[in-house]
Amino acid sequence: MRGLIGNRWAELGAMALLIGLVGLILPSGYYFRVGALVLVSAIAALGLNLLLGYAGQVSLGHAGFVGIGAYAVALLPTYWGVPTLLALAGGAVFSGLLALALGRPILRLKGHFLAVATLGLGILVAMVLTNEARITGGPDGMPVPRLELFGTRIRAPETWYWITGGVLLVATFFAQNLLNSSTGRALRALHDSEVAARAAGIDVARIKGIVFAVSAIYASVSGSLLALLNGHITPDVASFLNSIELVTMVVLGGMGSLLGSLIGAAVLVILPQALTIFHEYEHLLLGSFIILIMIFLRDGIVPTLRKRFTERGS
Amino acid sequence: MLAQFLQFTMSGLTVGAVYAVVGLGFTIIYNASGVLNFAQGEFVMIGGMVTVFAVAAGVPLPLAILLAIAVAAIVGIGLHRLAIEPARDASPVVLIIITIGGALVLRGIAQLVFDKQLHKLPGFSGDTPVNFLGASILPQALWVLGGTAIMVALVSLFFAKTMIGKAVLATAANRLAAQLVGVNTSVILAISFALSAAIGAIAGILVTPITFTHYEVGTMLALKGFAALVLGGLGNPMGAILGGLLLGLCEQLSAGYISSTYKDAFAFIVMIGVLLVRPSGLLGSKLAERV
Amino acid sequence: MTPRSILKLAALALMAGTTLGAAKAQDIKIGAVLSVTGPASFLGDPEEKTLKMYVEEINAKGGIKGRKIQLITYDDGGDANKARTFATRLVEEDKVVAMVGGTTTGTTMSMGPVFEDAQLPFISLAGAVVIVEPQKKWVFKTPHTDRMACEKIFEDMKKRNLTKIGMISGTDGFGKSMRDECVKVNARFGIEILAEETYGPRDTDMTPQLTNLKGKSGMQAVINPGFGQGPAIVTRNFRQLGLTVPLYQSHGVASKQFIDLAGDAANGVRLPAAALLVADKLPASDPQKPVAQAYAKKFQDATKQPVSTFGGHAYDGLMILVGAIERGGADPKVIRDEIEKTKGFMGTAGIFNMTATDHMGLDLSAFKMLEIKNGDWALAE
Repeated sequence: MRGLIGNRWAELGAMALLIGLVGLILPSGYYFRVGALVLVSAIAALGLNLLLGYAGQVSLGHAGFVGIGAYAVALLPTYWGVPTLLALAGGAVFSGLLALALGRPILRLKGHFLAVATLGLGILVAMVLTNEARITGGPDGMPVPRLELFGTRIRAPETWYWITGGVLLVATFFAQNLLNSSTGRALRALHDSEVAARAAGIDVARIKGIVFAVSAIYASVSGSLLALLNGHITPDVASFLNSIELVTMVVLGGMGSLLGSLIGAAVLVILPQALTIFHEYEHLLLGSFIILIMIFLRDGIVPTLRKRFTERGS
Repeated sequence: MLAQFLQFTMSGLTVGAVYAVVGLGFTIIYNASGVLNFAQGEFVMIGGMVTVFAVAAGVPLPLAILLAIAVAAIVGIGLHRLAIEPARDASPVVLIIITIGGALVLRGIAQLVFDKQLHKLPGFSGDTPVNFLGASILPQALWVLGGTAIMVALVSLFFAKTMIGKAVLATAANRLAAQLVGVNTSVILAISFALSAAIGAIAGILVTPITFTHYEVGTMLALKGFAALVLGGLGNPMGAILGGLLLGLCEQLSAGYISSTYKDAFAFIVMIGVLLVRPSGLLGSKLAERV
Repeated sequence: MTPRSILKLAALALMAGTTLGAAKAQDIKIGAVLSVTGPASFLGDPEEKTLKMYVEEINAKGGIKGRKIQLITYDDGGDANKARTFATRLVEEDKVVAMVGGTTTGTTMSMGPVFEDAQLPFISLAGAVVIVEPQKKWVFKTPHTDRMACEKIFEDMKKRNLTKIGMISGTDGFGKSMRDECVKVNARFGIEILAEETYGPRDTDMTPQLTNLKGKSGMQAVINPGFGQGPAIVTRNFRQLGLTVPLYQSHGVASKQFIDLAGDAANGVRLPAAALLVADKLPASDPQKPVAQAYAKKFQDATKQPVSTFGGHAYDGLMILVGAIERGGADPKVIRDEIEKTKGFMGTAGIFNMTATDHMGLDLSAFKMLEIKNGDWALAE
C-alpha cells in the first residue's frame, strides 16, 4: 500500500496510458460502448474500494446510490427542466448526504452493520424506483434526456468513452489526494489498528463516515454517466445483484488498489461479452473464472501480480 | 379479526421458515469455517429441483427426497473441496466472493442439467386447506413448520451430543487447538458443508409444493437468509431461526396490515431498528469485525 | 505494476472480447437479443427455441431465395443495460439487417434507440403499448398489447354483469404495465376497482393480500395482471382462502405450465389469449387453425415442453420478417417498408395487418377469452 501511494503519479499515468492506448485501437462503436461501460463501472468500484480497502467496511447496497445518480439525470431534467450537469451534481450531493446521515449512527457501532444497513437502503431505493411508476416509469424504466455540451448532443459511444475515461482519471486523482490527506493517514492508521487509532485521538466513526459519503458520491456519478450513456434507464441499475457485482469488481481487482478497480471492472464487464460464444455455458464459466481468479490471485489481480513482478525483479 | 391475524401469521411463519433454515445453514458453515456462504440458497434450489426431476423420472417420492439430500450434501462437500479449501487462508471478503462465484456455477449447471421452467411437487398430505379458527391453512405449511422444528432439534442434538458435533464446535472455537487434540479439521469442515447443504435441500423439498422451484430461486433466498442471520445474531443457530421467522412475519404482516407494495421495506426498517437497539442481533453474542 | 503487464492484460482482455466466426457473405444475418435467463426466462426461453427451430427449418429448405439465414442470439438476462450493449453489438459488430427480440418492455425500450439510430428494423416480442405508441419508425411488435388484454377482460366482465372488482398485480414490468393500462380503461366499461394489492416477482405467498381483497364487501371479481410464478401462487391462494368470485388472469400466463403449477385451483380461471392455446378446439373453418396447430405440434415435438403463446410471438415476428425479405430483398430500408406492408399474414396471435400508423397490426378479434376447464383450455365464448 505504501508503494502505491509513493507511486501515485505512476499509477495515474498508467491508468491514463491504458485508457488512451485502448481508446486508440478500439475498432467500433460497440467496443467503445463496452469500454465506456468498463470505465463507468470502474468509477463506482473505485469509490467502493476506498470503503472496502481502506475503511474495512462493506456496502451491500452501493447500487442504490448508482440508482439515485441515474434517476437524478433522468427525472430532474424531464420534470423540472434542471440542466443535466446540475442534476448530476444534485444526485451526487444527495447521495453523499444520505450516506452521511445513514453512516453517522451506524458507523459508531462496531461490526458489520453498514453491510446490513446498505443492503436495506439498496433494496429500498430499487423498490421506490420500481413502484413509483407515475414518475419513474416503473420496472420498464424511462428515457433519459441526452447530455448537451456546447450545443451538441453527446450520444456517440466514442465520445462517451473519452468522457468517462476523463472522469475516471479525475476520480482517481481525488481518491489519491484523499488517501494522502490527514483523513487518509487516519484511515491507514485505523486500517492497521482501530484501537491504536482511537487511542491516538482519531474520530474513527467520522473518518469512516467521510469515506462512505465519498464512495456514495462516486457511485452516484457513475450512475448518472451510465444513464446518460444509455439514454434509457430501468430500476435494474439499483438491484442487489448489481451491488454484489460492484463488490466483486473491487475484490477481484484488489482491495486497496485503485488500478485494481479498473481491472476488476474490466474483467466483469468484458468477460460476459467474451463468453457469449459459449451460450448456455456462460454462467457456469463466469462463476468458474471468478473462483479461479480468487484462488490463484487471492489478494486481487493487481496486488498479486505486482507482488510476483517485484519478487521476480529483486 | 382473529381469523385475519392468524392467516397473516401462518403465512409469515411459512415464508419465514425457509429464511430461517437458510440462515441456519449460513450459521453452521460460518461457525465452523468463518465463511459466509452465499451459495446457501442454491442448496435449497438443488433440493427442490432434484426431487422434482427424480419424481418425474419415476422415482418414488421418499427415494427422490433422499437422493436430493444426498446430491446436495455431495455438492456441499464439492464446493468446500474445490473452491473454499484451496483459498483457505484468504480474507473473509475473498471467500464470500468465491461463494458468489460458486452460486453462479451451481445455477449454470442447474440450467444445463434441468431446465429454466418453474416446477412443483404435490403436497405431501394433499392440497386441501384445513380450517383453523377461521384461517385456512395448507397441510404443506404444517409440514414446513414441523420439518423446520425437527431439523432445528436434530441439529442442536448433533452439536450437543455427538462426537462429530463437538469436534465441529471445537474446530470453530479454535482450529489450531482442535488439530492439536487430534481433530481432523478438514474432515470436520467438509461435514459442516454437507450438513448445511442437506438442511438447505430439505427446506427446498418441503416448500416446493407451496412456492414452486426454479433454477434461479436461490439468489433471493441467500439475501433473505443473510438478513435473518444478522437480525438473529451472527453465529447463533437459534438466532438465525428466530431472525428468519421474524423477517417472514414482518413481511407478511406488513403486506396484510400496511402496504403490500412496500412490505419488504418495512421488514428491513424493522431489522435496522432492532440492530440499532441491539447491535449484536437478537440472540447474538459474538461480534464480527467485518463481513 | 509495470506498464508492460498492464498492456498485456489489456491485450488479453481485448482478444477475449473479439467475437469469433465470420459468416459467409451471402448469409442474411438476423439478430435476437432475448431474456433467456433471469426473471423473464420463461418468456425468453421458448422465444429462443422457436427462433432457432424455424431458422433451421428455413435453411434446410434452402433459405430465403437461396440465401441462408444466420441467426445471432444474445441473452440479456432481463437486464436493460446488457440488452443495449448486445443491441449495439448486433448493429456494429455482427452487422445484422434486422432484429427479432426484446423479451420485456424494459429491454425493448432500452434497445429501441440503437436500432432507430442505425436505421434497422426491430420487431419486439414484448407487450406494452408504449413500444408502438408513440410510434417509432423502425420498431414493430407482434404480441397483443396489455391494453387490449384489459379491454378484453372488461368486455367479458361487462357481459357477465361483474362491475365491482378487486385487482392484485405483480410489481414486475409486465404486471405493472398492464395494471396501469387497466386503470386507464376500466371506467369506459363501467367497471369500478374497489381495492388494489400488489406482490413482488419473487414472492411465494399472497394470502395476506387476498385476505384483504376477500374482506371487501361487494367484490364481484378479481383480476390479476402478472406473469411467472406469481399468478399461479395467487390462483392457489385464492382457492385456499375459499374465494368464490370469478378470477381473471392475463395473457401473461398463456402457457400450459400455468395450469400445471396451479393444479385444480386453475379450473374456472378466465384469461384473454391468442387462439394458439386452443388450436385443436378451433372450428375447422377458422383460417388460423392450421397455422396454430402446426406451430404447437412443432414446438412440442422439438422441445418436449408445452406450447406457450410467448414462443408464438417469436414465430410471428420471424415469419413477418422473412416474408418482408422474400418480397423485397435484404436491404434494411426495404425490409422496414415491406414489414409495414404486411397484409393478412396469419400468425399464431391472429391476422396481422400492418400499416404506416399501426406497427402491431392486430385487432381484438384475434384475442380469445379462454376458460380453464378440467385442467385444459376451453373457449369461453
